[in-house]
Amino acid sequence: MMARLLHGVPRHALYLLAAVLAGLIVTPLFADDYLLTVLIVILYFAYTGQAWNVLMGFAGQLSLGHALYVGFGAYATAALYVHFGIGPWVGMPVAILISMACGAIIGFLAFRFGVAGVYFAILTIAFSEFARIGFDHFEWVSGSSGLFLPVANYVSNDLLNLRGQPVMFYYVILAMTVVGFVLCHALLRSRVGYFWQAIREDEVAARSLGIDTFRYKMIAIVISAGMTAPAGMFYAFYYNNLFPEQTFFILRSIEIILGPIIGGVGTLFGPIIGAFLITGLAESLQELLTFYGLDTPGAKRVFYGICLLLVVMILPNGIWPPIARLLRLDKSRDRPER
Amino acid sequence: MAALLEVMNVSKNFSGLRAVASVTFAVPEGEIFAVIGPNGAGKTTLFNLIAGMFAPDEGRIAFNGARIDGLSPDVVCRRGIGRTFQLVRPFPALTVEDNVMVGALLRRPDVPSALRRAHEVLSRLDLFDKRLHLAGTLTLPDRKRLEVARALATEPKLLLLDEVMAGLRPTETDRMVEIIKRINKESGLTILLIEHVMRAVMSVATRVLVLHHGAAIAEGPPEAVVRDPAVVQSYLGVEAV
Repeated sequence: MMARLLHGVPRHALYLLAAVLAGLIVTPLFADDYLLTVLIVILYFAYTGQAWNVLMGFAGQLSLGHALYVGFGAYATAALYVHFGIGPWVGMPVAILISMACGAIIGFLAFRFGVAGVYFAILTIAFSEFARIGFDHFEWVSGSSGLFLPVANYVSNDLLNLRGQPVMFYYVILAMTVVGFVLCHALLRSRVGYFWQAIREDEVAARSLGIDTFRYKMIAIVISAGMTAPAGMFYAFYYNNLFPEQTFFILRSIEIILGPIIGGVGTLFGPIIGAFLITGLAESLQELLTFYGLDTPGAKRVFYGICLLLVVMILPNGIWPPIARLLRLDKSRDRPER
Repeated sequence: MAALLEVMNVSKNFSGLRAVASVTFAVPEGEIFAVIGPNGAGKTTLFNLIAGMFAPDEGRIAFNGARIDGLSPDVVCRRGIGRTFQLVRPFPALTVEDNVMVGALLRRPDVPSALRRAHEVLSRLDLFDKRLHLAGTLTLPDRKRLEVARALATEPKLLLLDEVMAGLRPTETDRMVEIIKRINKESGLTILLIEHVMRAVMSVATRVLVLHHGAAIAEGPPEAVVRDPAVVQSYLGVEAV
């Protein structure tokens, strides 16, 4: 299994990965709580971006409603914890199944009836909006007044119930990011991964090669949705409060896709690099503005806009592909077409 | 020998236009069967009916003894019919190798053996040296051969080639003719091809069907067909041999 996972990966890439991972593992020894919280946000977006990338980057189906799966993951695990005292790790499989079922419904409606491209994107927005409005009136999870997890001043870390200090959350999201990365790497190099890429590149040609495109698009949306759900669990237990207006808000979905778009859609490193870059820079900017006594609440969003603009104009494939060539990590011998 | 592909009284209309009109023919196993005819004669439509892109309005298509008309393209491919597209459709952002591997993965689900199969096919199509190039950067002759390689990788019993020589220079055409002949000879693969380049058809086909305004007007060995008065009048007379 391990040998197969590593097959064909350049050795220097492994060293590089190991170094980055080692760096991230020792970071809490030096970092203060503020830096840790920034890193937690970065890794959270790296993970969710990776999950979204399975559907868009690998299989070519643009979802603008991934907040839906985050929300289901968050509400399912939080409600099980608040109402029945069921811990998040036990709740997580339930949350994953709910998200997968939801993804399957959306996928079936879209792919069976030929809804593709922007229309598929609109359908995903519609479903996350349904959920936002629905959860506003869903009293079992406190509707629009918000679902709160019990909070105390934690001196020790309770990993089983995800109650504790930032450093614990940091390691949890780091582990999730690593697992997500390895899973996506394995998927991309599997039969399913190749079929997804074929569908992304040219669906008609893919079908003529015997690929049941409906089936493989369904697999993509179900895996992507299921992968997104644990991010919701993390979100719920880290922030301790859930409001439908925030959790299912379309801006949450947009934030998820910024990292992969800036880093490189369809690449494994794109979502991670993109998340580091955009969240890191946005936080630094915020800090800088606060330092100079400028209170500008919209600055982050303007910054996101400028970043997107620059990447789309200068590097339409994202910033990872040129870096990959520089590090000689790409398989192809060509420069990509512009 | 029994026919591998049988097309019986097949018709297809596009809002009043009769693109294919009651066409009947059979392709025996091991043959290189060519469909020729002027532009708009219905050749590509006929191909698309066989490959499952559309269902015929009338008639039946049988492959390997079972009906395939009305099945979807992916099912038709899994039954054993590989096809190329007249306007090539490579997966541009994937390498040549990965393009062919997608085809190979149909019958060989594990990646290493699919890769081996892809390499075999690439060598036969003179593309092995270019396997790590992105398909989107290839020249037209290379793309045409990639199209054939990808279809071959699915290990078909019947290969449908839609104008794989169109737009090629004479030397490239000869190269493609050699490749098609070699594939047919070495593996006994049955090939059905649509072609405009008569020089190529004459040298490669064992049997020819001529379509005109959607209907079959002649069928036979290439030497006989080119002398057929109806063919000369409707097709060859207008476009020099």
